[in-house]
Amino acid sequence: MWKILRQIARNGIRTEPAPQADPDFQSETQRIHQDILDILGQALTIREVDAGSCNGCELEIHAVNNPYYNLEGFGIKFVASPRHADMLLVTGPVSRNMAMALKRTYDAMPAPKLVVAIGDCGRDGGIFGESYACLGGVAKVIPVDLTIPGCPPEPIEILKGILTAVRYGQKKSPR
Amino acid sequence: MHLPGLKLDLKGLPAPIPLSRGMVDAADWSAAALAVAECGGRLVALWGSDRRQGETGNFVISAAYAMQDGMIWLDLPLTGAQSGYPDISGIFSFAGRMQRATADLLGIHAENAADTRPWLNHGAWPVEHFPLRREVNGAACFDGRSLKDYPFVRVEGDGVHEIAVGPVHAGIIEPGHFRFSVVGEKVLRLEERLGYKHKGIEKRFEQLPASEGHRLAGRVSGDSTVAYAWAYCMALESAWNLQIPARASWLRALMLERERVANHLGDLGALGNDAAFSFGLAQFMCLKEDWLRLNKELFGHRFMMDKIIPGGVDVPLDAPLDAPGLARLVAQCELVEREVHQLRSIYDNHAGLQDRFITTGRVVPELAKQLGLTGFAARASGISHDLRVDFPISPYRELGVKAAFHRSGDVAARAKVRFEEILESLRLIRRMASGLPDGEQRVNPDKEMPAGFGAGRIEGWRGEIFVALEIGASDQGEQGNRILRCHCHDPSWQNWPVLEYAVIGNIVPDFPLINKSFNLSYSGPDL
Ligand code: SF4
Repeated sequence: MWKILRQIARNGIRTEPAPQADPDFQSETQRIHQDILDILGQALTIREVDAGSCNGCELEIHAVNNPYYNLEGFGIKFVASPRHADMLLVTGPVSRNMAMALKRTYDAMPAPKLVVAIGDCGRDGGIFGESYACLGGVAKVIPVDLTIPGCPPEPIEILKGILTAVRYGQKKSPR
Repeated sequence: MHLPGLKLDLKGLPAPIPLSRGMVDAADWSAAALAVAECGGRLVALWGSDRRQGETGNFVISAAYAMQDGMIWLDLPLTGAQSGYPDISGIFSFAGRMQRATADLLGIHAENAADTRPWLNHGAWPVEHFPLRREVNGAACFDGRSLKDYPFVRVEGDGVHEIAVGPVHAGIIEPGHFRFSVVGEKVLRLEERLGYKHKGIEKRFEQLPASEGHRLAGRVSGDSTVAYAWAYCMALESAWNLQIPARASWLRALMLERERVANHLGDLGALGNDAAFSFGLAQFMCLKEDWLRLNKELFGHRFMMDKIIPGGVDVPLDAPLDAPGLARLVAQCELVEREVHQLRSIYDNHAGLQDRFITTGRVVPELAKQLGLTGFAARASGISHDLRVDFPISPYRELGVKAAFHRSGDVAARAKVRFEEILESLRLIRRMASGLPDGEQRVNPDKEMPAGFGAGRIEGWRGEIFVALEIGASDQGEQGNRILRCHCHDPSWQNWPVLEYAVIGNIVPDFPLINKSFNLSYSGPDL
């Protein structure tokens, strides 16, 4: 046990200062947290769906969950069920074999259903394009609120995008 | 290279790893598979191509076999109205899914195969549409079709029930469907259904110039982007008979080892997490993040995507990859080595963790051999294949690689192999960074390159990545810059069926742990 504690102490806290959400509002951790509370009245929960990515985007979504970005510190959490989720993060060009599962996941979410498409693939199919096997982008299947381009987008971009979508969602939500 | 008892006319391809290609007829197709199995060889990949040209040419089924002295690539042309070829899944069981995928994509079948269910075609396109046929337009789309049910094998008996999982899983992972038949919490049987990520990559290749194909290859499975890009470039360079400068292969190997370390670090953390030891996840994820950030700084991309290109590498020739940059690589290896030693001793001495790891998800050496297990997972089950050791190309030849080797075949053994491979890769990276040859790191291919065949084999972190390539003249008349066929093979083809065995008799809650210990690719074999 002491070895574990020593390792934790030795490594210290790695969390870095939060990025600023786009486009032009300045916010600190506190403020972002407040935004999330105001908009959703609770912590933000995210369900991730891989709709045919190369797995590159997933690696970066994993990275967002590492201690450097301290996602849970903002009150943002990845959850196992779409029924618990406020936001859907979708990667991949949407393979036709995944289209139905993606649609059903979306349908299972409670409103206001924020959707963020990740990566060049999520935007328009990326290098895989549109074909007998791919639909060519998340918006072909479900309404998308925000796209985070990149191949794959870096964790900091994903984090910024999530925060921006929360802001953007505020505009479209009824309150 | 030859096969005992068979008269084959094999021709060597100019590749850094010995490789010969030849034709067989239907009788020799099965005889060759048997001969390979008997002399301890392995099937690496099986795929089909459409080489019809007007009235001439045929559909062709191909197999690549790994032999002690290199690789044999056999083509069986299907003559006349023949659309079938002899089934070899009785000899190499994992060939079954590759044969089914080939049937979906090309409409050529393994005759009398026991399992003829579709594999990639879930109903999203018509059964009579064979996307890899020449006459099929790559832009053809079929909207509004609904997917079909899949006839899973049912287990009957008192108290047996099914648990259906996926394609969308609980965590941030790739999609696939697992059908468990269980009694209580004990797994009697697992049946996998994959193909959800099928993106039509092989058809897409045919729309790209050969000089651009490495970008698509690098996106077959993003966690192995370096390995795929290298295997593709090796295949193209072998078709073009292009020699790359020494510095280029050193830098390629340097990136390959960095990719190996990154993946093993991440998975060791995740393994801790799946055994309720989130401390491990936090620690390893920090190490991985530092690792990826240095990739970005020095190579320009966190996963080094698109950094291996035909003819060499596309990384800075001087700063940031100059002497001080290389010194940072060495320093980072030293730091990570210290941390990994520390974490390893914590993992080893953690009773709760070891209790979950030891004897869980066991694949004993005999079973591993019989089922054709490959890659690092095989090295945890008493099979010592590693291309870096068996056919060392530069710089592995100069540096020597010590492959990890364990026999117990459980989650604990796979974790041990990963720890040892990290340490060996750290040693290699240090040597590569300090001994990097000077000079050019890229040759530009001529305007007119020869058409023909090429192949590449690379030991990626998960196992052997194989690329078979056929190059022709482009529509603009440009020689040798059109991809007629590109088949990328992921080692997960071999290992997915083994996972079905590894979980038998284990409890359902151990499945995520067992699954993670292999961490197989979905995107890679789904293509
Ligand atoms: S955007 Fe790039 S990294 Fe993400 S899934 Fe597509 S190819 Fe992979």
